[in-house]
Amino acid sequence: MQAVKENITVQPLNGNNRIDNTDFEVRSLDSMCINESQITHPWWYNFKYMAVGIVFGIVFVKAEIISWYRIQEMFRLQSFHMYGVIGTAVVVGIISVRLIKRFNIKTMHGEKVEFHPKKFNKGQIYGGLLFGLGWAVTGACPGPLFAQIGTGVYVIAVVVLSAIAGTWTYGYFREKLPH
Amino acid sequence: MIEMLKQPWPWYIAGALIGLIVPALLLLGNKHFGISANLRHACAACFPANINFFKYNWKKEMWNLFFVAGIFLGAIIAAKLLANPNPVIVNAKLAAELVGYGITDNTNLLPKELFTVQSLFTLRGLVMLVGGGFLVGFGSRYAGGCTSGHAIMGLSDLQWPSLVATVMFMAGGFIMANFILPFILSL
Repeated sequence: MQAVKENITVQPLNGNNRIDNTDFEVRSLDSMCINESQITHPWWYNFKYMAVGIVFGIVFVKAEIISWYRIQEMFRLQSFHMYGVIGTAVVVGIISVRLIKRFNIKTMHGEKVEFHPKKFNKGQIYGGLLFGLGWAVTGACPGPLFAQIGTGVYVIAVVVLSAIAGTWTYGYFREKLPH
Repeated sequence: MIEMLKQPWPWYIAGALIGLIVPALLLLGNKHFGISANLRHACAACFPANINFFKYNWKKEMWNLFFVAGIFLGAIIAAKLLANPNPVIVNAKLAAELVGYGITDNTNLLPKELFTVQSLFTLRGLVMLVGGGFLVGFGSRYAGGCTSGHAIMGLSDLQWPSLVATVMFMAGGFIMANFILPFILSL
């Protein structure tokens, strides 16, 4: 009930008429990529995330994760490759998160690493299914799309623009969709 | 060494490196691994259109845009310096099926018959590129995340809603690849 109350709280407008959306319910439905850090850094600190992204992009291409063929083989059970990639990544991720929690490892700026439980809603079912349908057509989830453009397949920019349009359409109809 | 790096990397190397992105982002600054949120930031930055879902301080999530820019740069590096000189190996059954749809060029990671600007002017290409992209964007936000946010980050933190999402991603993929895509590829 608390969350419902927060939903109707009127947010103050700031200078450029944009509401700073601090509504937790809106954010939790979209609980990915939350910036948990409370410390404000100069913008160029973000280059460290670019460095991580570069490693990720190289792996994407060299392990052929961005390949349309590998995705088709995964969904037709013709290759173990993608199952191996995702499975290994999850195992390494689980161990890492366990270690961080167990030994209370802090960030490089000394902050406590924050985790938030994800709330279940029907979007994970309906949206997940729609995403899966799209994934098998394009042979790419959002990350690989950017890597595909990097390898010189420029027409994928159209796919990215269409994905942005899809995201916008979701935002437009969000209150009418079952969650 | 360079010759070895140019070959396709095995799944266990790639999987381990991707898994390590989770603690890397957490320890660099409390950031949760996820990519599809960038599509939302793009909406919030460019076309918020007074929609509540896009009225938030996207600049606070700037790190995510840097991360995605890194993916793009990494792919350029891999394609320029570490390109595999050989054609992509495709499962024989898949290759035989694709011949039936006129898809035979496997010199690149993406089949040239499907992923060129010219294919935008065919019904098949338009449905796949524009329709597929739309589903990816709509579905990932509706589900609250994509493969990275749910299947990797969510499962790493043992979140059962993320398991539900991951199972549905796979279900959608199986349905599309086996039952719907054959019709689209025949267009």
